[in-house]
Amino acid sequence: MSTVTETAIEADPKLPIIRITREFAAAPRQLFRAHTDPVLFAQWVGPNAADTRIEHWDARTGGSWRYTARLGDTEYAFHGCFHEVRPDRIVQTFTYEGQPDGVALETLWIEDLGGGRSRLRSQSLVDSFEGRDAWLASGMETGVNDGYAKLQRMVDDGTV
Amino acid sequence: MAADTLTRVFSALADPTRRDIVARLAEGDATVGQLAEPYRMSLQAVYKHLRVLEDAGLVSRPRGPQPRPVRLEAEVLTQMETWIERYRRRAEQRYRRLDALLETMNHVNDKDGDDDVNGHRDGHRG
Repeated sequence: MSTVTETAIEADPKLPIIRITREFAAAPRQLFRAHTDPVLFAQWVGPNAADTRIEHWDARTGGSWRYTARLGDTEYAFHGCFHEVRPDRIVQTFTYEGQPDGVALETLWIEDLGGGRSRLRSQSLVDSFEGRDAWLASGMETGVNDGYAKLQRMVDDGTV
Repeated sequence: MAADTLTRVFSALADPTRRDIVARLAEGDATVGQLAEPYRMSLQAVYKHLRVLEDAGLVSRPRGPQPRPVRLEAEVLTQMETWIERYRRRAEQRYRRLDALLETMNHVNDKDGDDDVNGHRDGHRG
């Protein structure tokens, strides 16, 4: 293990919420940029094998976004609105167009830990427990194993 | 495992006493009496908790003339953990890509010294 603090995840038992926490060796403004600059965002949102294309991007309070991810022959599309964009907090909606009636409310908090480190906390409020659980379960299908293999190779050759 | 099963498991585990029961059963089977021992609650209340855990498929309580110990159905728990762990690893994978990107941003900043707070407003916007 390197100095990376692994992602922590929590599925709230009382609310259809998924919480994720992760620390980064970066200043808050860099994390903010990586979430709001479309060119940067497309580089990491992934998955690894996917070709991510930003179709529309207006990362301002009241703006909206849409991107597609091509994995093999399948294209997945996502869209939403930026409800509020400020350096320490981004609130947005998220819809996977394969399930167009579903919408999640996502809140990101960027916290300065000092010494060039930041903590990113994200919370996704899904519109039902079924939606949340289906979302968790969706990891079963979408080429996760390919992703792990790739990740493992990156770890092995020192890329990550 | 269907999504509604997972929901039942989540809500069954929402209660601290039931989480504790599950944790103790992970150590080994126990009778209802043994399970009730450390709690300040009636045996009836413990039975009620067990019924919720049973409905979620988390424990089984073989019936019979002779009371049998309660057993943890680890399979359901493992499946749920597998789901969450896979989701977590996907997020971790995404954030490792972000790590790599942030690393290159650091190098760029070192080079041209353009490190101001409004840096994100420049360039790239398409």
